[in-house]
Amino acid sequence: MDSMLIFFIVLALAAVASAVGLLVSRSAVYAALYLVINFASVAVFYLMLGAPFIALVQITVYAGAIMVLFLFVIMLLGAEKLPKGGSLPWQRPLAIGLSAVLFFEAGYLLLQKVQSSAVLLQPEAQINTMDAIRELGINLFSIYLLPFEVTSILLLVAMVGAIILTKQEKGAKE
Amino acid sequence: MENSGLFSLVPLIVFLPVLGLLTNIIFGQKLNEKAIGIIASTASGLVFVVSLLLGYGLLASGGHEQLVPLADWIQIGNLSIPWQFRVDTLSVTMMLVVSGVGTLIHIYAIGYMHEDVRFKNDTKRYARFFVFMNLFIAMMMILVSGDSYLMLFVGWEGVGLCSFLLIGFWYEMDTLARPSWANSNAAKKAFIANRIGDFGFLLAAFTMFWYFGSLQFGEVFASAEAIAASQPGVIMAITLFMLIGVTGKSAQIPLFVWLPDAMAGPTPVSALIHAATMVTAGVYLVARSWSLFNLVPEAQYIVALVGAFTALFSATIAVGQYDIKKVLAYSTISQLGFMVAAVGMGAYVAGMFHLVVHAFFKALLFLSAGSVILGMERGHHHLPHHASGDGHSEEVFDPGDMRNMGGLRKQMPVTFWVYMIGALALAGIFPFAGFWSKDEILLDAARNHTLIYILLALAAFLTAFYMGRQIWMVFFGKARHEAADHAEESPKVITVPLMVLAGLSILGGALNLPYLENLGHWLEHSIEAVVEHGAEIQGYLAISWGGLNPVVALISTLVALVAIFLSWLLYGRRTLAKGEDDPLRKLLGPIYKVFENKYWVDEIYNAVFVNRFVDLAGFLAEKVDWDFWHDWLHDSVIARFFRWFTKFLANPIDLGIIDAISNGLANITQRSSNALRKVQNGFVRSYALSVLMGMVLILGYLLLK
Amino acid sequence: MEGTIPLTYYIIISAILFSMGALGVLIRRNALIIFMSIELMLNGANLAFVAFARNYHVITGQIFVFFVMTVAAAEVAVGLALIVAIFRSKNSIDVDQMSSLKG
Repeated sequence: MDSMLIFFIVLALAAVASAVGLLVSRSAVYAALYLVINFASVAVFYLMLGAPFIALVQITVYAGAIMVLFLFVIMLLGAEKLPKGGSLPWQRPLAIGLSAVLFFEAGYLLLQKVQSSAVLLQPEAQINTMDAIRELGINLFSIYLLPFEVTSILLLVAMVGAIILTKQEKGAKE
Repeated sequence: MENSGLFSLVPLIVFLPVLGLLTNIIFGQKLNEKAIGIIASTASGLVFVVSLLLGYGLLASGGHEQLVPLADWIQIGNLSIPWQFRVDTLSVTMMLVVSGVGTLIHIYAIGYMHEDVRFKNDTKRYARFFVFMNLFIAMMMILVSGDSYLMLFVGWEGVGLCSFLLIGFWYEMDTLARPSWANSNAAKKAFIANRIGDFGFLLAAFTMFWYFGSLQFGEVFASAEAIAASQPGVIMAITLFMLIGVTGKSAQIPLFVWLPDAMAGPTPVSALIHAATMVTAGVYLVARSWSLFNLVPEAQYIVALVGAFTALFSATIAVGQYDIKKVLAYSTISQLGFMVAAVGMGAYVAGMFHLVVHAFFKALLFLSAGSVILGMERGHHHLPHHASGDGHSEEVFDPGDMRNMGGLRKQMPVTFWVYMIGALALAGIFPFAGFWSKDEILLDAARNHTLIYILLALAAFLTAFYMGRQIWMVFFGKARHEAADHAEESPKVITVPLMVLAGLSILGGALNLPYLENLGHWLEHSIEAVVEHGAEIQGYLAISWGGLNPVVALISTLVALVAIFLSWLLYGRRTLAKGEDDPLRKLLGPIYKVFENKYWVDEIYNAVFVNRFVDLAGFLAEKVDWDFWHDWLHDSVIARFFRWFTKFLANPIDLGIIDAISNGLANITQRSSNALRKVQNGFVRSYALSVLMGMVLILGYLLLK
Repeated sequence: MEGTIPLTYYIIISAILFSMGALGVLIRRNALIIFMSIELMLNGANLAFVAFARNYHVITGQIFVFFVMTVAAAEVAVGLALIVAIFRSKNSIDVDQMSSLKG
């Protein structure tokens, strides 16, 4: 048994468990926290895969900004527990079934691609953190410059949109 | 060459009257009466001129017949019946008589119809009269000029039609101008009686065609002897069938009944058609078929008997009539009997001679009778209590009734004199025309057929008697009605043709005087007369002063004079007073009644034939047509089936199937839409579910590919 | 360290996360939790990206993840603003309440 493998399994369990927790928890706050745990484990996964920058960005953006935003809104809207019993009784079984099918399909499709390259190569060159970041930066500002710029506009638009959406009408209610 | 040129004019005799009648049809209502009359008379007159030219052409070329083809009429395989004209002396004689007398009558009719349409209050009908008259001339010309029995028949039928049209000219009234079926019934009677005769003619034609293979005169006459030798009885049958046709057209026993009723037509019609021309068609037919008749002496004898009996029979009826035209009608039948007897005995020349002169004086008598009737009408209209013009409301006045007349010779002198001439000619008094012709017939009868001679002699006696009776009653004595007192003479347009005809009646004998025998020689080219049984004639009958036998002539003159004397005794010495009855009634008693009622022939015919036919027609119309065919068959069977069928189509098929289909489609649409509507339930989650389902399916498809 | 974890494992994890996220979208009625499930899905996809990038020794996968994260952030901002706006009118974040478009 490889220590890495054990580590990996533990992490995997953590990720899956937190996902399950997200699914079943009645309280929205708990669900948000479970998601944070999930993000964290995924970040470690990124590290193990030799993407340090991405891992840290995950922590910073996802867990740090997005989830905080979520929590703000949960607090704002009142995280009351919704009453049990939905309007669509057949939804749950059908959804579980479909998700299972989806899992198998997606897994199968992706795994098909895996056959071409059997095993990971020695990770020395890729583990080097600085190289990965440098490569990312170079690519980002040369080949993928346009998407980069467009993304910035997108962020601008999102900001403006968020403000407008939550703006109250003049004199509507005070 | 000029001869053939003349003969090519012959189609004009048909087409000129046709042209005249077309002009009067198209323009009749726009022209005035004089113009209409002139057009018609000119057409007829030109036909006379053409006939004269044809006669001249024949004379110049030796009298041989000329055939002038006009057109191909029937062409079926080997059968070819052309429309061909035959110009020979017999046909030209007929043409001259018809067109000559016809033209005079047309001119007379201009004046007569002018007054008649005013008496009957329908001046618009004037043109129609002349259209029909010209049509008659055209048809008669076809009859006499045809070269085959079929062409003759076309004309035969055509004159029958014209007779119908003209007798029923005033179809909605009777002779006294009251609304009635009488005139149209008389026209129908003429047509039907003629039709029965035509049936006989057709049988003769069919038989002829069957055995001879042709209807052309030349071919038939050429092969007549051969057929008579090989198939005896055929010619007999043909000639006897022809006799039926003759009795129809020439008013002999038993089909004569239409001619007295035909007096319902205007007087020019009576003169032209029923005295001078149409009724002589039968005599012409027999004369034309002389070669057939000569082969069957038995049939000839039957023809002669029929003619002789008819002559006597109708002469007796004429004695008891008191309508001026009816007397003349029965007289016509009687004289036709003379003609038919003559041609039956084989004396074709005598028969044709009598035909020609009879045309002259009978037309004269009829036209004068018309003049008398018009005079009576004029007198009636001038009576004081009719000055207001309110019509004949109190009494019905019959202008033709001799019992209303009397003393007319003072008011209508011209008419009186011409009437006298005509009567004397008819009675056969020397030297008027009738004497010569009647005498020839009597001579031939005396020589060969004694029975016929006796019958004809008696008829001649009666002829003179009833003509005398008529003259005394009409023109002498005192007027028996105020209308006769005020009668006026007719205008020139009427009296001039009368005078022309009177002249012809006087001079007509010159056509065939003894020793000269012009007509005889003329007709010899066409007719071969029966050879007289010279060996058997003995004694006084054998004397012949150029064809005239003095004994027979003397006897017939005496007979006529005695008859006239007797009539003077009864009617002339003491003329009839107003309201007085006929003195013959006292003399003859019940026999007079028989004469007066014309032996009740019409009543017998009605009971035996006509009413049976009416019953049959009624049965067929009521029971068979209405009850069975219309009511039962149509209503019960057809209508019911139809109603059932439509109900069947409407309910099960239309409502059940078709409506069900369309309603069903709508239903399906509604229900499926109701079902499908539930998909859109407004829940986002279910929409998301369907998105995921779609994705799964696509992925599955990609996987499985 | 030897990173000899086969790619397959990462893929499986990624698939699990993704399908769980899909399940969460469909099952939960709370709008916010639905949103969080969407983030979970995105995460699963990101993981797959990075794993493959590592496998093929290209950096493109990571760049893609970079962009995904950016867009996710923008999306969350706008989405939460929408939920707040809807909450204002409906006073509830139960998506089942927002079914007025039902036909």
